[in-house]
Amino acid sequence: MKKLITLFLIIALLPGCSDDWGWYVVNPYNKSGLINLKFLLSGYYFTLLLSFTSIFISVIVGLLVALPGLSKNPWLRNFNRVYVEVVRSVPILVLILWVYYGLPPITGLDLTVFWAGVIALALSDSAFQAEIFRAGIQSIDKGQYEASHSVSLNYRDTMRFVILPQAIRRILPALGNQLVYMLKMSSLVSIIGMQELTRKANELVVTEYRPLEIYTVLVLEYLALILIVSAGVRWLERRLQADERG
Amino acid sequence: MPYPVIEDAIEIKNVFKRFGDFEALKDVSLSVKPGERVVICGPSGSGKSTLIRCINGLESHEAGTIVVDGITLEHKGSALQQIRSRVGMVFQQFNLFPHLTVLDNITLGPIRSKKLSRDQANDLAMTYLERVKIPEQAYKYPRQLSGGQQQRVAIARSLCMEPKILLFDEPTSALDPEMISEVLDVMIGLAESGMTMICVTHEMGFARRVADKMVFMDQGKIVEMAPPSKFFDSPNTERCKSFLQQILQH
Repeated sequence: MKKLITLFLIIALLPGCSDDWGWYVVNPYNKSGLINLKFLLSGYYFTLLLSFTSIFISVIVGLLVALPGLSKNPWLRNFNRVYVEVVRSVPILVLILWVYYGLPPITGLDLTVFWAGVIALALSDSAFQAEIFRAGIQSIDKGQYEASHSVSLNYRDTMRFVILPQAIRRILPALGNQLVYMLKMSSLVSIIGMQELTRKANELVVTEYRPLEIYTVLVLEYLALILIVSAGVRWLERRLQADERG
Repeated sequence: MPYPVIEDAIEIKNVFKRFGDFEALKDVSLSVKPGERVVICGPSGSGKSTLIRCINGLESHEAGTIVVDGITLEHKGSALQQIRSRVGMVFQQFNLFPHLTVLDNITLGPIRSKKLSRDQANDLAMTYLERVKIPEQAYKYPRQLSGGQQQRVAIARSLCMEPKILLFDEPTSALDPEMISEVLDVMIGLAESGMTMICVTHEMGFARRVADKMVFMDQGKIVEMAPPSKFFDSPNTERCKSFLQQILQH
């Protein structure tokens, strides 16, 4: 992994030594370069806030949609199927545009760009979360429910203390994937003017006319972010597994 | 003057159960008095597990009635919950909660459904862990224990709900041979303490020693029901005779 990153850096930066490249645009050692670099990095704030708010909401919505999918009642199961199929078939970009331009006139809500982005991302992701939770819960042995019933636990307590703690350990790698996916998809919200990483880069390109250098920085920004988040998820996985081993 | 009525602990009347086309129970009736120890045996697929799983509502029966400790079993309302808090069950595969310590496995039921405080539940759990002779394992996780120890934890978990009736569904079938006796010892201790027990098992030595009533099932029906002395020495039916020969040979 480290070798790959180094290789990438060399390939990206070496040509910059020639006259055709203009790294001055983001060079922290000159004044305007430092200002530009800080401007680009400030996009992290909304990228992180947007992604983490969205995934928080989508995990909760996903769980609430997954549970009816496991019910014996066919109506509840159909609700789950329809929700998942409908939401899953709309592209995220289309959903963002629709929520931002379509939802306010229909509902009378006054949506900020941030909340429109959160709703669109959370909605889109919740369908995937629902499928992940459903698979995770279904993978738990039937005997766990029977043992819970035999000590007189009700449905809520069975889910809360027995089934979900085991299911979440199993689906943690999938949840980690969704988090990474969400961090990347948040770049699409730039289209409605959200001041996150991608939008900042676009704006700087328009004023500085240096797309190659600026978008290279953008790539590195996402790369750094996602490598850190992935490492965090793996650490959490290991810790929870260690818990189980005692 | 009304006569004092001694209520049956369990009364099963004309119960039917089918899985798709397969008739698992056909017109089964059985009554168990308080303190009675019943051992059910029979070939696989004879309906013995289905029968005891109907008693605490893990399977729903289609016709007939099941009354447990005076409560008629229904799959709606609070009857099921009430019955389950009076009936403990020990499973073939133990079904311990793998993400919880032994102590938490045992106290989860009492804390959540009987509303005991954690301290009360812990004290109670330790009492029962001592009774199954593994108090030193309280803070370990199930996967760190042997099969026999896990099954004893499962028994302690049932006991900690202070049930009136205990159901055993082939409790020793998944165990290595050298661990069977440690589980049977605990079960014999329970039987001697006067617990009402229904055991599905093929451990005939155990059955002979503790059972008040032997039940033999075949193809969803109770074929033979007798005290152990009569059951083992002079069974009425050919089917039962040949089954006993098969399992006692080895």
